[in-house]
Amino acid sequence: MSLEALLPSAIDGLMLGFVYGLAALGLTLIFGVMKVINLSHGPIIALGMFAVFILFSGFGVNPYLGVLAAALVGLLLGVAIYFVAVDRVINATELTTLLATFSVNLMIIGVATVIFTTSPRSIDIDLGALRAGNVTILGTHGVAVAVAILVAAALYGFLFRTRPGKSIRAVANNRAAAELMGIDSRRMLALAFGIGTALAMTSGALLATLFSFTILSGGTYELKSFVIVVLGGLGNPTGALVGGLVIGLLEGVLTVFIPVAWVPVVEYVIFVAVLLLRPAGLLGARA
Amino acid sequence: MRDLRAPFLPAVLVLIAAVAAIPIVTGNPSLREELFLVLMLVTLASSINIIMGYTGYVSFGHIVFFGIGGYIAFWLMQMFNVHFLLAAIASAIPAALIAALIGIPILRLRGAYFALATVGINEAMKSFMTNFEPFGGAIGMFFSFSIYQQYGGAREAAFLAYYTMAAIALATVATSYVIRRSKLGLSLMAIREDQDVAMLVGIDPARAKVMAYVISAFFPALAGATFFFKNGIIEPGPAFDLLRSIESLVMVVLGGIGTVAGPIVGAALYEWLRGFLITNATFANFQLAIAGLLLLLTVLFVTAGLVGSLRNRFPRLRAYIQ
Repeated sequence: MSLEALLPSAIDGLMLGFVYGLAALGLTLIFGVMKVINLSHGPIIALGMFAVFILFSGFGVNPYLGVLAAALVGLLLGVAIYFVAVDRVINATELTTLLATFSVNLMIIGVATVIFTTSPRSIDIDLGALRAGNVTILGTHGVAVAVAILVAAALYGFLFRTRPGKSIRAVANNRAAAELMGIDSRRMLALAFGIGTALAMTSGALLATLFSFTILSGGTYELKSFVIVVLGGLGNPTGALVGGLVIGLLEGVLTVFIPVAWVPVVEYVIFVAVLLLRPAGLLGARA
Repeated sequence: MRDLRAPFLPAVLVLIAAVAAIPIVTGNPSLREELFLVLMLVTLASSINIIMGYTGYVSFGHIVFFGIGGYIAFWLMQMFNVHFLLAAIASAIPAALIAALIGIPILRLRGAYFALATVGINEAMKSFMTNFEPFGGAIGMFFSFSIYQQYGGAREAAFLAYYTMAAIALATVATSYVIRRSKLGLSLMAIREDQDVAMLVGIDPARAKVMAYVISAFFPALAGATFFFKNGIIEPGPAFDLLRSIESLVMVVLGGIGTVAGPIVGAALYEWLRGFLITNATFANFQLAIAGLLLLLTVLFVTAGLVGSLRNRFPRLRAYIQ
């Protein structure tokens, strides 16, 4: 590989990083608000992919309308998951919440593999491409980045400008104090879980417009989200976005210098190293 | 403390040995295969219970030691024609050493951070093995038939693997019991309840935790060596399968976390249930979903697991069931 490939590969990776960041944002929001690591994150990302796929190939709905639908379904699904699996054990040890969300993972994968099988699917859309020198930006990738930025901006607007958003932040900060101020913390926790799930489904929906996928594809992105979230600091939304860009860029740059198969090795080594050396993340306070 | 009223350990060991002896007496190969798996799961679940149940550290990626043991033993057998039993022991020692090396830094992490770190280590190891050509890379390694010649043929080798797995399971359960009744066990449980208070009463948490982690890594490595010896083929995916890791956690929780008998009951129950679901025409397709549902119900409503709930419900049983 030559250095000439570096720029296009880096740009490609960086753009993908926006979508990774969106998935990680969902995971980190849930952890930040209720200290739960959502192990159903991967299957939910896959559900986002299939939501777009069904609407597009079954009903001819525009994939980007499908992304919107996936987000709404994700919100409702997340609230439902919260009340069924998480609410009762919200104050239990991490093992309990890990296993509770993992049981949701098993149920989703179990039912969805029966319905969709594990054969690969793809959504065939072509939005043209932008060319400058040896850099080619596919239209689908450009739109995915734009949607990811929009969603992230909307989330920030919601969290900092609206009353429910501020309530969620209050609950994350100190649940007991928030309750004393008259906030219904249970509703806020459910809402936060719903938003986290909606973000995961949105990123899955966007990924479906870029690559082919199976019902098991979510697992890869779930692990990537873990790496990103740890890099940015567990529970830190800005960190998740920056972490997504870092991982995307890293993937783009590394593939120029080392074989693709070695990239995950580097990612996981970074992951463990960050956990050990800076558990609060690269953006967080020093451990 | 010795309690002659409750010969719990001998009773459990005799029970396991008796069950393990059934296929040898009857010569039923399919039952032997099934029990081989159950004995392996008892080993994995009991090992995880030492670090997770006694010490309170959720080792999510614990299967990494199973994979490391499997790979090292397989490589020794294939490359140097080392005898299986020697290779198994030679693989468990480096696995325990690795556990000590990574245990010292990662056991400083608490809660979710520790759980994530163990997942990261397992995934790092898996992706490393996928690229590591001396160990076969993504394709892995496989035996030629002649390897089994020195054990008297493939059938005899399968029996040898079965006996070994039974011995490993017995050793793991005995170790689990001894730890629970020892000073180390008390230290671990004190750390689980409150690490800072444990330090105040003179426990060295770092030392006790690393000890527990090393012991809990040793037996899965032996099990991995045995499993892949019998399998005749080793690949990165099955060796470092995160799902199997999580399933072992589920068995511990199902049976009763922090008890000696819990992981045994949980492993047997889980395997029986899976067998039932797979062979049942109505449930076969929804096997995973039903497993998920049962897990959720256990986590939500039977937090202490089967053995734990029994002990809570009938306090007199506590003298007899550990």
